[in-house]
Amino acid sequence: MQDYRKYGRPHNKSGKEGTSYEISQRCLIIRLDGELDHHNAIKIKDKADKMIERHHIKHIIFDFSDANFMDSAGIGVIMGRYKKVIFIGGKIAVVKVNSAVDRIFRLSGLYKIIDKYDTVETALNHLK
Amino acid sequence: MDNTNRMILEFESKSKNESFARTVVAAFAATLDPTIEELADIKTAVSEAVTNCIIHGYGDCSGMITMRCTINGDELTVEVEDSGIGIEDISKAMEPLYTTRPELERSGMGFSFMEAFMDQLEVESVFGEGTVVRMKKTIGKHAFKGYSQKTGQDAV
Repeated sequence: MQDYRKYGRPHNKSGKEGTSYEISQRCLIIRLDGELDHHNAIKIKDKADKMIERHHIKHIIFDFSDANFMDSAGIGVIMGRYKKVIFIGGKIAVVKVNSAVDRIFRLSGLYKIIDKYDTVETALNHLK
Repeated sequence: MDNTNRMILEFESKSKNESFARTVVAAFAATLDPTIEELADIKTAVSEAVTNCIIHGYGDCSGMITMRCTINGDELTVEVEDSGIGIEDISKAMEPLYTTRPELERSGMGFSFMEAFMDQLEVESVFGEGTVVRMKKTIGKHAFKGYSQKTGQDAV
């Protein structure tokens, strides 16, 4: 269906942080893996920013299917990326958030600036 | 029946220990038979407290973080202590969205999350000497506030 270009290292040496990155047109899909805390946030931030610059990314979708934990560092990661794409009219979407992550998004008020969708495909259709 | 338990854990202020610390507390709290949501709350609160010690307490230096956990009846107490720089103005530090490290993309939500996810939060700090964060949560007593099955825009 989509012509995804696949990035990332599924078989990460440490075996812990296996977040993968895909690009569909000008949309970056970040498939989070495991836990989005301060420790992993640093790596995800760096990698995402490189891809945003290199591939002229406009929209970003965070896929939480395989993310079972998030704390305020995750809010920082999303807000930081939001600030990067907002100036070119980009948007941020999150998909497949579980109830714990959803509660954090609502508490932080992040849903005022990001959109939530059930699947990556729905998000892609809305963003294009 | 006597339901009391205690444990003390000491670890270095490395960011990889954030995951270790919250997993240990979750395992310790498991005897209280918490729900998935209660466990998620505890893990998030512990993660915030430990991250604060690493980023703010010790900053670019390294030091030890002590975590003391107590179970008393159905109440869990978690104390997270560092011997770092301490907090000059605690009420300012606890303000939502206030952060001294915006360059690290800190959202300033750490204390807010600890307050929201636990029943009680106390912060003691001596500037230049260190900080203790004490959090309490009663397991299995409260109906959940804030959880929703809604998805998409209607949940906003």
